[in-house]
Amino acid sequence: MNDAFTPLAAALPLMSLGRVARDAYREALPALSASLVGGLLAGLVLGGMRSDLAAVPGLLVLVPALLATRGNVYSSLGARVATALHQGMVAPRLAAADDRLARACAAALANGLLASAFAAVAAFAALSVLPGTATPAPLSGLVAMALLAGALSGTTLTAVVVTAVFAGYRRGYDPDALVGPLVTTTGDVFGVAFLLVAVRAVRAAGLFGGP
Amino acid sequence: MTTTEWTVRAITRATLPLLLLLTLVEVGSGLVLGGFESTLLRSPALLVLVPVTIGTAGNLGSVLASRLSTALHLGLLAFDPESEVLVGNALATLGLAATVFPVVGAGAWLLAVLTGGARLPLVAVVRVAVVAGLALAALAVVVALAATYAAYRLGLDPDDVVVPVVTNVCDVLGVVVLFLTVRLLV
Repeated sequence: MNDAFTPLAAALPLMSLGRVARDAYREALPALSASLVGGLLAGLVLGGMRSDLAAVPGLLVLVPALLATRGNVYSSLGARVATALHQGMVAPRLAAADDRLARACAAALANGLLASAFAAVAAFAALSVLPGTATPAPLSGLVAMALLAGALSGTTLTAVVVTAVFAGYRRGYDPDALVGPLVTTTGDVFGVAFLLVAVRAVRAAGLFGGP
Repeated sequence: MTTTEWTVRAITRATLPLLLLLTLVEVGSGLVLGGFESTLLRSPALLVLVPVTIGTAGNLGSVLASRLSTALHLGLLAFDPESEVLVGNALATLGLAATVFPVVGAGAWLLAVLTGGARLPLVAVVRVAVVAGLALAALAVVVALAATYAAYRLGLDPDDVVVPVVTNVCDVLGVVVLFLTVRLLV
């Protein structure tokens, strides 16, 4: 490959390649580290849910979908608010919040709840139909748990995303750069924590057939 | 996104179809997770690894996808193995994985010890995290590249479509690769 090797010509693209790689690495590391901490905390909560996971077949199957829903819905809300701030369509103050912002938050919550219930139904259906899988917990319990977890984490994440994007924008940060790391970090932690709350509440209510 | 009117109906129409599709894909990855539930329940350190591995894989993919999309918009990206932007970003992704996943493994093991349930030795958990992490980084490069290229050819908005699709595909791959790594190494 290097038949016509000359040190200078060979070194130039390598230097620029190294710079691209180094810049990309440096820019991504802080956000990745933050989400790593969030992910480990979420794992800690999940590790504490072993008895719930064993008692509620289908709960573990729901975990990726419920966590991803948090990320998908609330990073989309954050991106929407960030774009609106950039365009001056929304003022970065909660006190001045208008109907439009309220509608965007309501849409995020509604979509998050819908996707959570949909995930519960899909997981129940898949486990009922597929051979070699565990018999799932009752559908009503799974849906109630998904909706409760979705409502709790949804209201919390809406508040966190809007407050943090506004505060960041007022302090001169690019809201687009804030949203991704913020949602992945807090979404995982709140997602699993409220799933724990929800599964305990629904078990206590007897919807999974006895405590 | 900027063209979407801010009503519950308009926002729902713009986001719900993809959201439900991605939810189905994630339920699929949940089924894989359910397939090794007994191993995970026996080894708490592996259970602790699940969210952080999924999250980190999704993050590596989405960061790369959004960087490639931006470079594409600016005319800096050529789909060419000699492209510095392409190769440099791919190398950075592998470097990030090599940095982060040893910490992921050690952190998961430590949390399992602190909560009184580490059955596997530290080295085994770190090995699972690093092997899974490097495989995931390589897959994230392929997925991000393919999705950016597809959006470019199909004229789709990279921010609205590429980043969520890449994030969720990498989530799923995170579970599958973790499953295969645990099968292979534990």
